[in-house]
Amino acid sequence: MYAFEPTEEQQMLMEAVGKYAKNDLRMAAHEAEERGEMPQRLLEKGWEIGLLQASIPELFGGFGERSTVTGVLAVEELAFGDLAGALAVLTPSLFAMPVLLAGSQEQKRTYLPQVAEGKWSPYTAALIEYAFDFDPNALNTTATLKGDEYVLNGEKAFVPFAKEAEFILGYANLEGGTQGFILPKGSMGLTVIEEREKLMSLNALPLYRLKLDSVKVPISNRLGGASGHDFDPILASMRVATAAAAVGVANAAFEYSRDYAKEREVFGVKVAQKQAIAFMLAEMRTEIESSRLLTWEAAWKLDQDKEDAFTEAYLAATGAAGMVMMVTDRAVQILGGHGYIREHPVEMWMRNGRGFAMFTGLAIV
Amino acid sequence: MPIDFEAPKPITQAQFMLKTVGEEMIRPKSRYYDEHEHEIPWDYIEFMHSAMRAMGGSSLAPRENGNGNDKEKRPPLGYQLIATQIESLAWGDLGFYHCLPGGGLGAAAVFAAGTQEQKAKFLARFNEDKPTFAAMCITEAGAGSDNSAIRTRAVLDEKTNEWVLNGEKIFVTGGDKSFTEYEKLGKGFIVVWATIDPMAGRAGMRAFVVEGGTSGVRVVKLEYKLGIRCSDTAAISLVDARVPFDNILGSPTVENTTTGFKGAMATFDATRPLVAASGVGVARAALEFLKEKLAENGVQIRYGLPPQKLTSIERDVIDMEIMLKSTWLMVIKATWMADNKKPNALEASMSKVKSGDVVTKITQKVVEILGPLGYSREFLAEKWFRDAKITDIYEGTGQINRLVVARQILGYSGKELR
Repeated sequence: MYAFEPTEEQQMLMEAVGKYAKNDLRMAAHEAEERGEMPQRLLEKGWEIGLLQASIPELFGGFGERSTVTGVLAVEELAFGDLAGALAVLTPSLFAMPVLLAGSQEQKRTYLPQVAEGKWSPYTAALIEYAFDFDPNALNTTATLKGDEYVLNGEKAFVPFAKEAEFILGYANLEGGTQGFILPKGSMGLTVIEEREKLMSLNALPLYRLKLDSVKVPISNRLGGASGHDFDPILASMRVATAAAAVGVANAAFEYSRDYAKEREVFGVKVAQKQAIAFMLAEMRTEIESSRLLTWEAAWKLDQDKEDAFTEAYLAATGAAGMVMMVTDRAVQILGGHGYIREHPVEMWMRNGRGFAMFTGLAIV
Repeated sequence: MPIDFEAPKPITQAQFMLKTVGEEMIRPKSRYYDEHEHEIPWDYIEFMHSAMRAMGGSSLAPRENGNGNDKEKRPPLGYQLIATQIESLAWGDLGFYHCLPGGGLGAAAVFAAGTQEQKAKFLARFNEDKPTFAAMCITEAGAGSDNSAIRTRAVLDEKTNEWVLNGEKIFVTGGDKSFTEYEKLGKGFIVVWATIDPMAGRAGMRAFVVEGGTSGVRVVKLEYKLGIRCSDTAAISLVDARVPFDNILGSPTVENTTTGFKGAMATFDATRPLVAASGVGVARAALEFLKEKLAENGVQIRYGLPPQKLTSIERDVIDMEIMLKSTWLMVIKATWMADNKKPNALEASMSKVKSGDVVTKITQKVVEILGPLGYSREFLAEKWFRDAKITDIYEGTGQINRLVVARQILGYSGKELR
């Protein structure tokens, strides 16, 4: 039976997340972006909401059950506040969620309580590589079985909090398929490049490059154990999370430019009273709605193990990446010259917006 | 009820059945009626009428329509199911969908703006032996999207207690089958929008049920169109046409309100997502045909690859699938809201904006990619391209619907955002 209303529980969660996103993340966003620093207290406060913990069963130190739908609802709210902040708060999920989804029992018992029970701490993952045609299903970083261990070689890019991370889940190409490997801090041959990545946006999110030079990984650290795991569900969960974040950023830009257009006078009326602007806003709102629904459906299909769930997650992420660019670009356009000034957040959202074509791997639900 | 995208059984059943109807009854005749404009597909009309009666319904109107039993609650699936049926029929052929007997927009107006007595009186006919049509007459030569500019007059003759209507309506979808008396059809009606006080603007606007065959009323012209040629589009003139007093929908006096006009607009909240659904059907037909032809020619769509590694055709197909799927979800959400009595003016208009855009883009792109196969009348792609365009025009053009969406999201009245 079709239904489009989050449960009461989900609504309460969205409210809590939304409050934090608006009052904390949004308020701090400008300064964080300008200074290139994410205040630690923000991460701790966000962590206390318990998004990840609520996805992990009690057995493994959490207090709930994973739901992709709940995940995308929460991510949209977070990203509405600030994308860099949202990705930073959720960084431990990059490590924990794949362990929950695909880890062996032993890996779950070992790692999930560590992540879930403490304060926010930097557990992370390395998927993205520095290539124009980066494809998560055809990685250049390789893993080769040599005796009783895997040897990893290659380079990784855009790895959040890599420098401080206790554990990094590194993805590599093993016999043509993507597999995760749990890399403890200080593994021999694993180098975190000291200088942070400098991107068009996400200045507040510390991102690093990694070099893997014959990094030896025991078989027990292969995600899922000796027999490994299926990468599709992990990738799909990344894709819907990215799509939801795109919807959140787009909605932030839409609301800001709408409110601005209702304030700003031009030729004796509000600028929003001009059809040229009003129609842009109408289309922005329409496209946000369409992306949001596709994202919800993809998340729901993942929860239900539907046959076409992975394809739909791909479609949702691809669609959202185009949508958020269109919406954030228009938000800047609606503010005109003011949109180009960094005092207003729309130019940052526009820079965020372009990134969604390559952000898969920076969020997961 | 948590977020759920599982299509309920009545919907999947309807999809299954109507797919067969589309394949077996509609598609084989699609080209014929495109090339024989104004001929009526009687076999299909009669088949659909008896099929729908066998299924317990008489038309694509909400369940409580027509049976006169006002206590029966509309099942929460009402509009969602109708949207599904329309999408499926339009997948067969958009013009054939319009030839589906039943109340259509005329009944929708009675349903939205009529009293319980009027609903019982006017809607019962769709359940009878013969297929029956009804239509909505709003547009005039000088009043299209701006339908508050309507000039058709209704004057009360107090001696006979009848309304006297004068004016000329154009672009009446199904006007001929609703008004002209055909042996194979039951007696239909048209709903005519007119002013009872030209000085009162929107406050003077009312709708009148005009029975088929009423004297003084004439179908003066059937249009020749770009597409949906099997659906008749009539011009109807009214010269001193007399209509019983009780055929007015809404209050007979001009109060200082715009209830009459709002009646028309409320109808649109219900029907816009349905028009959007019909667009999705055409778009799906075109996209499926394209994928079929690509597969025949060994072209695979490699889902999951980064766009940088895809061919232009693959990117186009993937974009079209995104558009198509999300538009359908917008239709389902808007109708779900209607079924659950949630105000849906925003969602209804957004679904229509999106569908109008998407169906024109998809059908245009499909013809483009198919090249000569797309452009030739050997196949139906070129016809779907022509049919599709109407989706962005009737039931409020894309621009009017953008205006409605904009007013909703900005909290503006018609005066604040013209």
